Amino acid sequence: MSTPPSGHRLTEEQILLRDTLRELADARIAPRAADIDRSGEFPEDIRRLLAQHDVLGLPFPAEHGGVGGDLLTVCLAIEQIARACTTSSLILAVQDLGSLPLRLGGSEDQLARWVPRLASGETLICFGLTEPEAGSDAAALRTTAVRDGDDYLVSGTKRFITNGSVAGLVTIFAVTNPEAPRHRRLSCFIVEVPTQGFRVARLEHKMGIRGSPTAELELTSVRVPAANRIGDEGDGWDLAMRTFERSRPGIAAQAVGIAQGALEAASAYARERKQFGQRIGDFQMVASMLADMDAQVEAARQLLYTACEVIESGAPDAARWAAMCKLVAGDTAMRVTTDAVQVFGGYGYVDEFPVERMMRDAKITQLYEGTQQIQRLVIARALLGRGRD
Amino acid sequence: MHIVVLTKPVPDPAAAAERLGPDLRLDRAASPAVVNGNDEYALEAALKLVEAHGGEVTLLTMAPPSGADTMRKALAMGATRGVLVTDPALAGSCVRSTDEVLAAALRELTFDLVFSGFDTSDGNAGVVGAAIAARLGLPYLSNAAKIEPDPAAGRVRVRRITPAGHDLLEAPMPALVVCTQVLGEPRYPSLKGIMSARSKEIASRSLADLGLDGATVGGAAATTEVLDSRRPPARGATTVVRGSAAEGAAAIVALLTTRRLI
Repeated sequence: MSTPPSGHRLTEEQILLRDTLRELADARIAPRAADIDRSGEFPEDIRRLLAQHDVLGLPFPAEHGGVGGDLLTVCLAIEQIARACTTSSLILAVQDLGSLPLRLGGSEDQLARWVPRLASGETLICFGLTEPEAGSDAAALRTTAVRDGDDYLVSGTKRFITNGSVAGLVTIFAVTNPEAPRHRRLSCFIVEVPTQGFRVARLEHKMGIRGSPTAELELTSVRVPAANRIGDEGDGWDLAMRTFERSRPGIAAQAVGIAQGALEAASAYARERKQFGQRIGDFQMVASMLADMDAQVEAARQLLYTACEVIESGAPDAARWAAMCKLVAGDTAMRVTTDAVQVFGGYGYVDEFPVERMMRDAKITQLYEGTQQIQRLVIARALLGRGRD
Repeated sequence: MHIVVLTKPVPDPAAAAERLGPDLRLDRAASPAVVNGNDEYALEAALKLVEAHGGEVTLLTMAPPSGADTMRKALAMGATRGVLVTDPALAGSCVRSTDEVLAAALRELTFDLVFSGFDTSDGNAGVVGAAIAARLGLPYLSNAAKIEPDPAAGRVRVRRITPAGHDLLEAPMPALVVCTQVLGEPRYPSLKGIMSARSKEIASRSLADLGLDGATVGGAAATTEVLDSRRPPARGATTVVRGSAAEGAAAIVALLTTRRLI
């Protein structure tokens, strides 16, 4: 894989950006990946590196200090970083995810207030939707926000919050009107932390993305100014769903990057490793696996790039495209990394080579920002219309 | 302070796809072009100096029109603008033509310093910087390991690497400096730089614009001609001798003897 993936639809800037990030990731991030995984520590050095090269500014508008990259450009960046280190790619992916409600529904004042320090990478933001009892069924949130003068008092527990312990801003979804219809119950708030009543209760021990802290956040009557509410009361559900239309491609990009990294590692190994007097890649059973891996990665990549263009164009079925690219890319990453381990044989199972880490990392792309089952539900609903509900 | 950096597009050494066409000229379609590696070191040195002293960096390139694409990366690294000298008559230029054309382009620009890379990874002549300095009568400061301009005094100091150590040279500006890799690793383009690179000006100059005649410079006036080109022969199998120095010496002598080399 010496030639970069086809770029017929990419602009000159996107190609230069992709190639620059690939070089940067190869030189500065890939050598750290195994250590980040082993130590399970958040890679502060990589956060600084990404900030220094404006990578964390990519999703933000230029007028507030960002780079002004469109969805495809953000995904190209996530893909290139994930090819070297999934944890590192999550720093950008979550900066994107966490800030999407703000970017989609925030007022000019709110953008001016928070975007500059997010774009510079000085402050990280995380996305607080999931709760212990509300995963796939996100409308079932229990966290509440009760109006108190010019503020709200927010109480509840958020679970599985990526980068929750390193973020300075937390986007929180909470119930403001329990009596309202299911999809008008929620509102969205930006909570500046640390603050009174906010606590990182614990961090998870995970199978993969081990350098990325996954936090349980406890909020006990946290006072949040009404000026921190994104949109109107009741807009929360809509903001969350519109967020996923643009964040799921980011996870697809991560999955494509992981798969590409595993494909390259397996191809290199199949060229070098000799058994029975020949390169293992010259055995048809191994060659066949590599060919399938390559074709699958490219198919997932092209679906992702198409999805980005369709979503960016404002298509009414954006949710379907977001779900399709995440579904295909996540399953591809799992299959390709599993096969990459197989190509390595016993060496694939030990941490001397990166493919076992990639396989562990790939699994999360089938789970977060909606499980693969939820993606299928979204796609099927677009096909069949909504049934009972 | 205004610095002009000579940047040449060369076949990407990493792609290893360099190929000559039937006319023994570079087949530019065969290999992606990149900014010559040593020129990136010169650009990095220039960018650091204007960051410290203020000013601008102009890129100067002689290349086919596609040279503008290669120049974008150097602009993304932080250069202010580019000048691309391009003319069909320049295809097949020899070193003499190259430095004459670049010198003519420099006469149109104002600058305090001109930086060139140590050499280029395709032509390897390594004399264009010196020849330009000679044509323009500029002080010539080669093998620079450190460059310290004093804009107020209009002078520049250069630490020049020598086989014995280094010399400290001083010259009035404008001057021409040949940069080395000791000056520091080139930066990656920042993403803001990449996104704004397209909006930066690349001025195109033909031979006529520079007051030059295609009969006296360029391919028609080339002073050298490529007659043949060969790839280096593939390396044979390598024998690694292990053991103590005495064992190693004995094994090497035995090997050379069997090959009738001693």
